[in-house]
Amino acid sequence: MSRLRPFLAALLTSAAVATAASAEEVNVYTTREPGLFAPLAAAFTAQTGIKVNTVFVKDGLAERVAAEGAASPADVLMTVDVGNLVDLVDKGVTKPMKSAAVEAAVPANLRAADGAWTALSLRARLVWADKAVGLEAISYEDLADPKWKGRICIRSGQHPYNTALVAAMIAHVGEAKAEAWLTGVKANLAKKPGGGDRDVARDILGGLCTIGVGNSYYVGLMRSGAGGPEQKKWGDGVDVVLPSFTGGGTHVNATGAALAKHAPNEAAAKKLIEYLVSPTGQKVYAEQNFEYPVNAAAAITPTVAALGALKPDAVPLAEIAKNRKAASLLVDKVRFDQ
Amino acid sequence: MPRSPGSALAVPDGFALAGLAMAAVAVAPILALAAIAAGGSGDLWSHLFTTVVPSATVETTLLALGVAAFVIVVGTATAWLVAAHDFPGRGLLEVALLLPLAFPAYVLAYSWLDLLHPIGPIQSAIRALLGYTRPADFRLPDPRSLPGAVLVFGLALYPYVYVAVRTVFLSQMTRLTEAARMLGADGRGVFVRVALPLARPAIAAGAALAIMETLNDVGAAEFLSINTLTAAVYSTWVNRSDLAGAAQIALVMLAFVLSLLMIEKLARGNRGYAVIGRSMRPMAPRRIGGAKGVGLFLLGLLPAFLGFVVPAAHLARQAWERLAFAGVPWEIVVEVGNTLTVAGLATVVAIVAATIVVAGRRLHPGSSVHAGAARVATLGYAVPGTVLAIGLLAIFGGLDGLIRSAAGGLGLGPTGLVFSASLGAIVAAYVVRFFRLASSKIETGLERISPSLDQSARTLGRTPFGVMREIHLPLLTPTMAGAALLVFVDCMKELPATLLLRPLNFETLATHLYGEAARGTYENGALAALLIVAFGLLPIILLTGLGRRAPVRAQPIGETA
Repeated sequence: MSRLRPFLAALLTSAAVATAASAEEVNVYTTREPGLFAPLAAAFTAQTGIKVNTVFVKDGLAERVAAEGAASPADVLMTVDVGNLVDLVDKGVTKPMKSAAVEAAVPANLRAADGAWTALSLRARLVWADKAVGLEAISYEDLADPKWKGRICIRSGQHPYNTALVAAMIAHVGEAKAEAWLTGVKANLAKKPGGGDRDVARDILGGLCTIGVGNSYYVGLMRSGAGGPEQKKWGDGVDVVLPSFTGGGTHVNATGAALAKHAPNEAAAKKLIEYLVSPTGQKVYAEQNFEYPVNAAAAITPTVAALGALKPDAVPLAEIAKNRKAASLLVDKVRFDQ
Repeated sequence: MPRSPGSALAVPDGFALAGLAMAAVAVAPILALAAIAAGGSGDLWSHLFTTVVPSATVETTLLALGVAAFVIVVGTATAWLVAAHDFPGRGLLEVALLLPLAFPAYVLAYSWLDLLHPIGPIQSAIRALLGYTRPADFRLPDPRSLPGAVLVFGLALYPYVYVAVRTVFLSQMTRLTEAARMLGADGRGVFVRVALPLARPAIAAGAALAIMETLNDVGAAEFLSINTLTAAVYSTWVNRSDLAGAAQIALVMLAFVLSLLMIEKLARGNRGYAVIGRSMRPMAPRRIGGAKGVGLFLLGLLPAFLGFVVPAAHLARQAWERLAFAGVPWEIVVEVGNTLTVAGLATVVAIVAATIVVAGRRLHPGSSVHAGAARVATLGYAVPGTVLAIGLLAIFGGLDGLIRSAAGGLGLGPTGLVFSASLGAIVAAYVVRFFRLASSKIETGLERISPSLDQSARTLGRTPFGVMREIHLPLLTPTMAGAALLVFVDCMKELPATLLLRPLNFETLATHLYGEAARGTYENGALAALLIVAFGLLPIILLTGLGRRAPVRAQPIGETA
């Protein structure tokens, strides 16, 4: 052992040095796609001089941070879906962050009361329609109306975007009625669920269905021309309606962030999260990602604003996250994806 | 020091140690999963059985059977076509038939859906020709269906069978074919009564790889609206935060796949497939000229055309449009370097390990240690990449935890991560995942070397290691190189484990591509996809050359050891 000790010491010190060298850095584990986070990271570095290291992970973010334990280099954990975010908190890989700046910038229903997480940007789950339908308004409940039989396109019911929508429906009408509604929607589907949101627009243009469900930023991305001329054609080719729950508002989901439990660069992590919800950061979310800002001081980008005034549903994001599991079971139960 | 065969049971030799080490590395993440699974309740099963299991089982089974049928028929037929016939363009065809290997299945799925979509180029052209104006008036059947999925997976995976079977046809058939022909068999007779039975292990091995790849896929299945049992693993895990339940489903699927493999092995029995004596000449192909030759060429080209030429052209067009629109993303140069580094490292490790383990089993007939280790080491291929990665996360995290405790015990400061989130973690994942790809190819190669050579060498006093070095390695070199190329190409394409295990700021071509695909902007990933295909091409073209090379003769036994 005595001869082994210097070797071990050298090995371990080198590992320690490797982590300690990150004084002006912040490490972000994110399920947000790199193309959507990179502009924000670059803007933050330009403003603060703090280097942002990122790893984009899809499924398994919580498992990874948990496995890394106390030595995890993760400072900030970001997710695309509020359910996944609350899941991180539930799994104990985060810790609350007290920040007056975040509390001032983000409305209370879009963050945890104890500072465990905060939303960073919002998107609405919209209905897209064939122009020939002339659709002007619709409720989520209407999607189960038999008049749409064989006419609706949607991605997999087990995709977090749709599980969150079902979870919100459960919050509104309870599980039994939500099941009846989802059964009705299933009966109206033009084809088996699958693909992505953007495919819904294409499928409408391709005559496979007349209405479909998709997120707001896809509309912005397509219509703005940022994705190229072909997509602009897809975006312009469909009508977009902001639906609402009967007696409620439009279903929104959030991307968000939490502080990692063992964050080695806590101060820098706090700066990053505060930057992301500041008017400067929110402008990037709005203009580059076509999302709705959480900070009322930031403007919605014109392409998205043109869709109409968003009235977000009043059900708190935390409750939607809580109903996620029941929603996922319901999707299986009505054989939505089969 | 010469040892008697079978002594391995008493004193573990190097082969046994290597085999056990590899088996331990492969089984560790699965044991970690089992531990996770054991931590859960059995609650989810009644839900699953009353909801998704019946339809998912039917869909999974039909998909697996369909893909198996496709890859066996197309892979074997094309291998026979190029091995036993000579026609204009045959050399080109031999290479072309391998090309779909370069495509990750989900990229192929994406390209074909894009092309075949009602508003895509093919259907638009058909409508223009037929005088229809709106897609609603005329539409081809939607490819997002079970038959569509069978075609996509079949096109992406038939080369596994083609590669394995073609090697058998090229290197092993000469004498038997000539004997059969002398006895009056015609072309069909030779194929049915000699070639097919002889190629059976290769066909089974290739088809097994294809089925496992299909079952492990998530991306392509989502595009194609197919709900396999793997989808149930994901919804249980991701949407219901029930990792234990997801691990349970994954283990049940693993058990199912392993029993399938076992059944095939039992059905094959103990029949030997070695051909005694080797010929330096490849089998004499039948010459077919004229229109019939051209027809054969075109027929043989069809899988390569649909599985490579068309989707590659589509990707190239999209990549070009993106380049014109957004400029060259220079970070892709670094990503290429990262991709080649991890794939290259993993390939070397996998081939060396597979050769030692497979030869070890062969050289210790009757040793359950060697045979067991060799079998266990291949488990990783039967597990979906993400599931394997979750197991590895737990293992590496545990090791790092031990180091931290050790550092604490020694009074040292806090340590960082040594195993987790390292290049080593990715390499380990690739080796575990693709060991089977290497070992199955090397095993098929070894089965072709007559055991009598081993026995003679052992009688003459060679150690097992000496037999491997002096007999197996020289005879296996082309096989090993072929296996290396297969593994390399698959490492480049690997996504889920790379995504989950990589360090900060470490992008490969596959993670770059997925970063775009995950938000629906596939066309932005076209360049990365095209580069994966391009870097896969060179090895694939080399692979063809290797199959053609005349087998290397073993050095005469009896020279200095």
